Amino acid sequence: MIGIVSYGTYIPKFRIKIDEIARIWNEDANAIKQSLGVFEKSVPDVDEDTATMAVEASREAVARAKIDPKKIGAVFVGSESHPYAVKPTATIVGEALGVGNHYFCADLEFACKAATAGIQICYAMVKADMIEYGLAVGSDVAQARPRDALEYTASAGAVAILVGKNPIAVIEATVSYTSDTPDFWRRDLQPYPSHGGRFTGSPAYFRHIVNAVRRLMEEHGYSAKDFDYAVFHQPNAKFPQRVASMLGFSEEKIADGMLVRVIGNTYSASSLMGLCGVLDKAKPGERILLASFGSGAGSDAFAIYVTEKILEFPRNVQVWDKAKSGVYIDYGLYLKHRRMIR
Amino acid sequence: MVPRFWRKIKYRYDVVASYCENCGNYYYPQREICPKCRRKGALKDLKLCDDGRVLTYTIVNGKCIALIEFENGARMLAEVCGKVEIGTKVRKAFRRYGEEGEDGIIYYGTKFVPLGEGM
Amino acid sequence: MKVAIIGVGSTEFGELWEKSFRSIFLSAGLSALEDAGIGGKEIEAIYVGNMSGGKFIDQEHIAALIADHSGLAEFGIPAVRVENADASGGSAFRQAYMAVASGIHDIVIAAGVEKVTDANDPMEIISTAVDQEWERFVGANLPAIYALIARLHMHRFGTTEEDLAMVAVKNHRNAVHNPRAQFRREVSIEDVMSSPYVAEPLKVLDCAPLSDGASAVILASEEVAKKLCDTPIYVDACTQASDYMSIQNRRDVLTFEAVVRASREAYKIAGIEAKDIDVAEVHDSFTIAEILAYEDLGFAKKGEGMKLIREGETEIGGKIPVNTSGGLKACGHAVGATGIRQIVDLVLQLRGEAGKRQVNADKALALNIGGSGATAVVSILSR
Repeated sequence: MIGIVSYGTYIPKFRIKIDEIARIWNEDANAIKQSLGVFEKSVPDVDEDTATMAVEASREAVARAKIDPKKIGAVFVGSESHPYAVKPTATIVGEALGVGNHYFCADLEFACKAATAGIQICYAMVKADMIEYGLAVGSDVAQARPRDALEYTASAGAVAILVGKNPIAVIEATVSYTSDTPDFWRRDLQPYPSHGGRFTGSPAYFRHIVNAVRRLMEEHGYSAKDFDYAVFHQPNAKFPQRVASMLGFSEEKIADGMLVRVIGNTYSASSLMGLCGVLDKAKPGERILLASFGSGAGSDAFAIYVTEKILEFPRNVQVWDKAKSGVYIDYGLYLKHRRMIR
Repeated sequence: MVPRFWRKIKYRYDVVASYCENCGNYYYPQREICPKCRRKGALKDLKLCDDGRVLTYTIVNGKCIALIEFENGARMLAEVCGKVEIGTKVRKAFRRYGEEGEDGIIYYGTKFVPLGEGM
Repeated sequence: MKVAIIGVGSTEFGELWEKSFRSIFLSAGLSALEDAGIGGKEIEAIYVGNMSGGKFIDQEHIAALIADHSGLAEFGIPAVRVENADASGGSAFRQAYMAVASGIHDIVIAAGVEKVTDANDPMEIISTAVDQEWERFVGANLPAIYALIARLHMHRFGTTEEDLAMVAVKNHRNAVHNPRAQFRREVSIEDVMSSPYVAEPLKVLDCAPLSDGASAVILASEEVAKKLCDTPIYVDACTQASDYMSIQNRRDVLTFEAVVRASREAYKIAGIEAKDIDVAEVHDSFTIAEILAYEDLGFAKKGEGMKLIREGETEIGGKIPVNTSGGLKACGHAVGATGIRQIVDLVLQLRGEAGKRQVNADKALALNIGGSGATAVVSILSR
């Protein structure tokens, strides 16, 4: 049985309210909160970045797994905001964890689904007996052009998933649906991403998630009622609500994963944050659907089955508690924290 | 500064001190020879515990720098992210200490946050 | 062999924009020679204290440069620069002292010179005195290290920011009568308390300025001194000690072991005790450093240094006048020159040439410290 052996999360402690951002641009905060279903988002400290958050989340995952870090045979970090354009984040994580020198390693980029791709790679490596444990991390200080709609939701956070045998949650099946769809992109050397507006909806987010999930269900004989929880990539609260309904999942089934409402869209960590929110309370025998979405575009879908082992796993520090405890800052500090002013 | 920084990455990314197996003393930062035993000493690397207490602190250039004391008596100077007083319990955090200019390498290292924060 | 000081000279300390590194040394050197009544050709060796010619003015190999520009190039005498951060001056003095005490030389010059205003960020440069890998790297410059000490001293012993302010007030008041001092204006406790924080709890007026300046003293063997000089001032002891570099490794954060060590040995060699000292110049790079000096030199018990300043014991007219010249705080801190400037001011005291700053003194003590205490030089002088 191969799957999730441990998980760790990191959410920086600062928050900025949608109201505060709307105040700067003189926009209608209530209308925005209404249309996005998001109220505030997380902001990193001035000395945090994708690498620091990836290390913190990974340290939590490794500590809770109670394994010798040297047994980790692969480290993959997925992000759209790696601190270096050339020089991997994953080696910084490997070094900080004390993984040693004998590990497979690379950074991944596939917009918000880079980390779930990392999980798939680790799963395959464990299955092929190439490694004992693999670490897949999603971490981002999400970038958005000031005044763009995305500014309201682009936030910061990291999730680390440790993959191996004898898991607390088995990866029963995984499929991906991929196509060359330019819905959201950032050209090299450009400071901010661009996107196709409404084009990011139906031809991108919805098409890929729906196709991936339907394929997962067809190939492996699942229907919506086989899943107790569904977690989708969360660019805002509305998209996952809509796709859940399209796929036959009720509001209750997605509620425990909807971290986006209080921390915003953590890009590569987004769907995984939701997964951790669910794992924090899931019971043995329950089944979780996870479907990420990465612009460009693709969706990774997973059927995850919770085992008895989750009862021995230390779930004392909950991701929803981390998400709800924050320190509010204003727009000026927000710019400073994101190093947009120095 | 690249090789100078790289050489000590192991001792910056985590709280790794020197422990002398001969006299049982702890030294932070890591060193090559035990000051008490000198050539009779046997220093080895030892990871210190994640938590400590603020022994004293100052605010300089907008940053809080504190001398943190660990249970085994070793002391470490580090930046603290947050408000502290003498005696505040703190926990280690992996952060950026700086960079060698806009196109140079990034210096990562260990800072501390008041316990109960930094989730 | 007994060693005596037969001549002293010093430039004013301050922002000497019009004067170059080369010219300020010459100025101090010539004053010392004139004071000693000798010519340059009598000097057998030069020991010059300078913390960082390299970082301040991009110049290394400064001893030879100084020998040259002092007009001594024709004599080709040995010249060496001594570096121990801001204890460079005191360390140069000790090297010079040992050269004469050993009998190798009869007359030498011990000098100190620093030109800080040619650099963009003198505080950054003097902060190279702390552990670059493990103190500066985490954001601690030199004031920060002293601030850590100050805060803990306040927490453990009840020293207050006002106590620290009193040190600055005293030293500024003393410097009013020192024509070479950088600041000759009094400051009040309110002035100090309302100055902005540099590194909490140390404020701008708790910190000595970094200054340009040069000082020089001429040492001679007792035999030569008696021939040349009416009032030779004897060096009863000149000791030096080191300590762990980083504050992380000090046995007690609030004690400068190097000061304790060097001073106890100096007292022993001089055959005296702390209470026998009549006047002292100590290293008040920061006001807290003066309080610590009272304790580590044995003028007060550990933790009771603030009592001396509160009770006025270290004022001119008090039991143990400290920094009658104005100290580093009001004279200015010309880094490598400070240790020599302290000797100059004590010699003037012992000779009775201190004007309105004059105290009754037989035994004088100079304490010069490097960085955050990893080096300490103690000199005991007498008539």
